[in-house]
Amino acid sequence: MSDIAQEIRDEKKTHVEPINYGRYVLVWLALIALTCVTAVVAGINLAAFTLVVALLIAVTKASMVVNIFMHIKVEDRIFKIFLGIAGFTILIIFTLTFMDVFFRR
Amino acid sequence: MADFAISPHDVAVHSYLENRGKHKGILAWILSTDHKRIGILYLISLFTFFSAGAVLGFLMRLEMLVPGPAGKIFDAQQYNALFTLHGVIMIFLFVIPGIPATLGNFFLPLQIGSKDVAFPRLNLLSWYLYVTGGIVILLSLFRNGLPDTGWTFYVPYSVRSGTDVTMAVFGVFILGFSSILTGLNFITTIHRMRAPGMGFFKMPLFVWALYATAWVQVIATPVLAITLLLIIIERLFSVGIFDPTKGGDPVLYQHMFWVYSHPAVYIMILPPMGVVSEIVTTFSHRSIFGYKMVAMSSLAIAFIGYLVWGHHMFVAGETQPAQFAFSLLTFLVAIPSGIKVFNWVATMYKGSIDPQPPFLYLMAFIILFSIGGLTGLVLGSLATDVHLTGTYFVVGHFHYIIFGGGVFIFFGALHYWLPKMFGRMYNIKVANWALGILFVGFNLLYFPMLLLGYEGMPRRYFSYLPQYDTLQHISMVGSWILITGLIMMMWNLIHGIFKGEKCGANPWGGTTLEWTIPSPPPPENFEEIPVITHEPYYHPEAEPSEAEPALVGK
Amino acid sequence: MKLSDAEQTIERTESHAEDHHDEMRGKMGMWLFLLTELLLFTGLFLMYSVYRYLNTADFHRAGLETHVLFGTVNTMVLLTSSLTMVLSIAAIQRGRKWLSVGFLSSTILLGLAFLVIKLFEWSLEIKEGLFPGSTVLLSKPNGEILFFGLYYTMTGLHGLHVVAGMIVLSFMLVFILRDKITPTDYIKLENAGLYWHLVDIIWIFLFPLFYLIN
Repeated sequence: MSDIAQEIRDEKKTHVEPINYGRYVLVWLALIALTCVTAVVAGINLAAFTLVVALLIAVTKASMVVNIFMHIKVEDRIFKIFLGIAGFTILIIFTLTFMDVFFRR
Repeated sequence: MADFAISPHDVAVHSYLENRGKHKGILAWILSTDHKRIGILYLISLFTFFSAGAVLGFLMRLEMLVPGPAGKIFDAQQYNALFTLHGVIMIFLFVIPGIPATLGNFFLPLQIGSKDVAFPRLNLLSWYLYVTGGIVILLSLFRNGLPDTGWTFYVPYSVRSGTDVTMAVFGVFILGFSSILTGLNFITTIHRMRAPGMGFFKMPLFVWALYATAWVQVIATPVLAITLLLIIIERLFSVGIFDPTKGGDPVLYQHMFWVYSHPAVYIMILPPMGVVSEIVTTFSHRSIFGYKMVAMSSLAIAFIGYLVWGHHMFVAGETQPAQFAFSLLTFLVAIPSGIKVFNWVATMYKGSIDPQPPFLYLMAFIILFSIGGLTGLVLGSLATDVHLTGTYFVVGHFHYIIFGGGVFIFFGALHYWLPKMFGRMYNIKVANWALGILFVGFNLLYFPMLLLGYEGMPRRYFSYLPQYDTLQHISMVGSWILITGLIMMMWNLIHGIFKGEKCGANPWGGTTLEWTIPSPPPPENFEEIPVITHEPYYHPEAEPSEAEPALVGK
Repeated sequence: MKLSDAEQTIERTESHAEDHHDEMRGKMGMWLFLLTELLLFTGLFLMYSVYRYLNTADFHRAGLETHVLFGTVNTMVLLTSSLTMVLSIAAIQRGRKWLSVGFLSSTILLGLAFLVIKLFEWSLEIKEGLFPGSTVLLSKPNGEILFFGLYYTMTGLHGLHVVAGMIVLSFMLVFILRDKITPTDYIKLENAGLYWHLVDIIWIFLFPLFYLIN
């Protein structure tokens, strides 16, 4: 019964270890670097692939912010589940809408 | 069986109804963050709006006295405004806040053994937003007139209409926030504030229903919010996103609108289904059959509800693959719904049935919800939908489901829980008579609509061909009988609240936590937070072989 | 005395109902609120995707008119503000009150910088006649009209969220100064930070969609 296990973990987590300032700065540098990469790649003509690359980089940047700046990585599993529910719903909305749009003349 | 006798410990030293704080009179209520008072504030506002909506419905039926267009009470424009306002009020101001805002607010903390919800002040804010939204919608009457677009606000007409769509839509936008905050509050409450020993699988099924509903409120409502905001932006700035002349796509609007509005119908029906589980166990004096399945089916319905919105758009210009996908997915939702119905029936089998008013409302629900559900299957099938969509058949279908299903159980829930909320019992005989009249009136009002649609009469038309007049007249008479039943029921309940016989803590023999405290409850609910050791619907007298209570961790 | 299995389990399944400092409660509430904001913008991103799919060439042409430099600088500004935000929390965790105030103020100022650059950018575009309802824009193909319609709507709504975030952060600043946020109780600051990061994430996606189509 994960619910009880969760409660035990809660009790233990009365004091969170603060993350190193440096670690945050490193993440920031990575984000800046990725921004530069994505700006440069945009200049290269890869047709439809350019969009895919740009979005992949955006997803990478976003997941770094979510995991490290927003601490999702170290938080209880329930938060990851919540985020998963939202993400999954968004996926459904896009998929089923495009099921219609994709087949238009 | 029902036992209305009172013993000394049934009566609280103080009840939440007494003013003990620094505020007096009405301020003590509208500034209170007590979930019980907020639930009652919602109850009063909701039923005020419901009455207005019912009057509008009554007027719409009266309009059908003559086929027209000559000799009508209202002209076409006024009729459009009537059905728009009727829909907006009934959906956004009554059924969507519905059971969660009223009885959910009152009973969620009680059923999980808590003193209040997670965010009491946010709870009060939700109510303020609700009232504000309602007022803003009505303000549109005074600027350029009530919208005539239908409650669905389809573009491009909602962008072009000369009526005050902007104001009305903004009011609905505000209501959306009220709904979102309530959902957010409930999810957090259920995760963090359950009594010791109450794991997720020891919660009452009403709580499971509120939980599933809250998730729909939180995830789906923002999509409506942005869609409505875009209508306002279009009207103000002519951006072009919904304007076909600028490349905008009205069908995309419909996608975005129904992405919320279909899950919204599950906001409307999941809480009543939760109440059914409560009523069926209490009045059969048995534990629920298949607890886990019923709990999971609430989540399943909420989830599948996100997959089917396109069935509102079969003739709007959807491409074939989408039509097939949505039609197929629509049939899926019948599965968890069926699981619930079978489990409820199995619960009643060999139970010791006590046919009190809440149970009789349950019986009405089973019949009306089944009719609504079956007509839904007809509409979910592409081939038949093409003929029946946009006709009175659809109007009959959703009234059977939402009104006959959801709202009838809302009434039943009031009959179940008002004695707990106020410590007084209404007149049982009058309640039963009112239900009988309601049931007859309801079917006379809505069954003809199924036939009218089948015979081809379109919906939202203010005049009709003479061949439809018999059915329209029957329907009109049905509305008068229905309204009589409604007035009788409400009068009985209100009279019961103030002048009814006092009843004890547990007149019905319920086993969930709210029945263990006095009626009306004390301000802090529980003297001591209870420790839970067994399942929610534990009836030792019904199952003598299970005299040893089931313990945690089996 | 050894507790039975049942009693042990009940002991462990504690309730947080009485716990007025239940941090999870506030954090959970804030995360749920963030999810609603995410779904709000999803509607707009959906619209963008559909219209881009149906008007690919027009979107590419229109994309050339946005100012990549401003967009890129603004992206850096917001990313940096996210850094100063977490550093502000890290500082208060270590009891460094004034360092925390410094980082938080920087976050707010960076937010302001973002808005200033944005407004400047918009005024340039408006001067070029690229705004909803302008004769210049209406003379262009539909796809381009839609692109700019979405551009103003989405960056505008995002901008409103930046303003809201700055207001929230200003309140947090006052709370730190008045010692209502302390090294042992900084959950308010964390939750405000979560909101700010969401605003940053939305921009991370807006940036390639409106500025990097070449």
